[in-house]
Amino acid sequence: MKGNVLELSEKHALSVEALTIAFPHGDRLLVALHGVTLDVKRGELVCVVGASGSGKSTLLNVLAGLERPSNGRAHVHGRVALMFQEAALLPWLTAAGNVELALELRGVRNPARSRMAAELLHRVHLDGFEKRRPHELSGGMKQRVALARALAQDADVLLMDEPFAALDAITRDLLHEELERLWTQTGLTILFVTHNAREAVRLGDRVLVFTSRPGRVAHEVVVELPRPRSLDSPELAVIAGRITDRLKQEMRDGG
Amino acid sequence: MAVELELAPVVERRDVAAVAPHKGRDQSSGAWSWLWPKLVAIAIVVGAWQVVVWSGWRPDYVLPSPIAVFRRLSEDLAHADFYVGVAITLRRALVGYVIAAAAGSAIGLVVARVAVLRRAIGSAILGLQSMPSIAWFPLAILLFQQSETAIIFVVILGAAPAIAAGLLSGVDHVQPLLIRVGRVMGARGLVLYWHVILPAALPAFVGGLKQGWAFAWRSLMAGEIIVIVSHSPSIGQQIQFARDLADAEQLLAIMIVIFVIGVVIDSLFGTLDRAIRLRWGLLGAEA
Repeated sequence: MKGNVLELSEKHALSVEALTIAFPHGDRLLVALHGVTLDVKRGELVCVVGASGSGKSTLLNVLAGLERPSNGRAHVHGRVALMFQEAALLPWLTAAGNVELALELRGVRNPARSRMAAELLHRVHLDGFEKRRPHELSGGMKQRVALARALAQDADVLLMDEPFAALDAITRDLLHEELERLWTQTGLTILFVTHNAREAVRLGDRVLVFTSRPGRVAHEVVVELPRPRSLDSPELAVIAGRITDRLKQEMRDGG
Repeated sequence: MAVELELAPVVERRDVAAVAPHKGRDQSSGAWSWLWPKLVAIAIVVGAWQVVVWSGWRPDYVLPSPIAVFRRLSEDLAHADFYVGVAITLRRALVGYVIAAAAGSAIGLVVARVAVLRRAIGSAILGLQSMPSIAWFPLAILLFQQSETAIIFVVILGAAPAIAAGLLSGVDHVQPLLIRVGRVMGARGLVLYWHVILPAALPAFVGGLKQGWAFAWRSLMAGEIIVIVSHSPSIGQQIQFARDLADAEQLLAIMIVIFVIGVVIDSLFGTLDRAIRLRWGLLGAEA
């Protein structure tokens, strides 16, 4: 570990400094992120909102260690778990099996492993579905299993890449409540990426607005509405509306 | 439907569950709907055969009627020699296939893992698959004389490339998302292979095993007809003797046996394949 760990304030769970990511694309370089700087405090729930092409997913991949930065730094203090838009459960394992694999890879042995898997599935309200295979579960249930699996990794930071984007509104609403509850109980740090401004305001302590091509932080909104928030509340709609306007304007300016 | 009702209270509380539809089928009607198209197909083939015989196209000592052949077959089935022959052939098939499966899997795995090897022999494995196994026999006879080893050698060469290719293609077509999930959970290298890549490659691997079996069985029959090993009346040898003695009834009876054995073993692979697809939820279109 280099000096940057020491520079990192104890309060920060993750910090990104002047991060630039470029991919070779044909004979040109495609800049996905340009000079992104952000900090997330321990226990904070921060949402990143941006149009597609704003490099949001790339940011999470770098934080999860799946891609390398071209320039700048991205550092996570502690262990990372990552959730995707698709649940990405292993189809040959049961719901419990998927959770147990995460435990096993963390070095948890049986019988503690199966007990912990059952306990985690209970926490995401999937009692009775332990033996089901992914194809026997609805989209919302799959994401609950994915959430239990992420929790099984005992991560300090949970990165979420539009995890509820493919779900119907009611299911999404329920999962917002559960995510908020689990976040409160566990003290996890969450970086939640979405293209939906309302979802961002519903969940985030802060919302970072990303612009596109190249992606960078254009704007930060501190959400001071009391929790639990309702997606349909007028106050929330006003803030989300301002963010959406801002995104639209950025897109127009950017061509 | 019954399954869905039973779930209803739980489902209401949370999301709507997608209940697997393939349960609670009427077993007997399932067996019948499985069986009757096959019976009709057999009846049509046998009927056409009989019509050709009636037409007098060939004398009946060259092309005997189905009834004569089936009578001969039932006589064969009453003889111990027949079972000795089947046992010899099946033992060769088993030995050759097991070695081919072990070698093919090992080669497939190593080639999938090591990029240099992949570039060196990846396409050669695919090429070997299309090599007619009968072309190996002259070399096999030079190396091992007219022996059982020569036959098994060719069976292995026939089956192993298909099995290796199945595993390779399975590994190549693992969803990238699943690999990312594995890596996020901390799996690297062999651990990632064991927990994610190999299980994900299983359906394609079983496809390769099935293909390998078909090649093994073909190579074995070719080998038993070409390579005459004394004191071993294998099925292939029996068919060759029947030709030498111009015994057309026996020849056709043995051909039916070869076909049936091939189909039965192939259907075992089919069952395995369906079990995997059922487990993975990939049977939706048929269920």
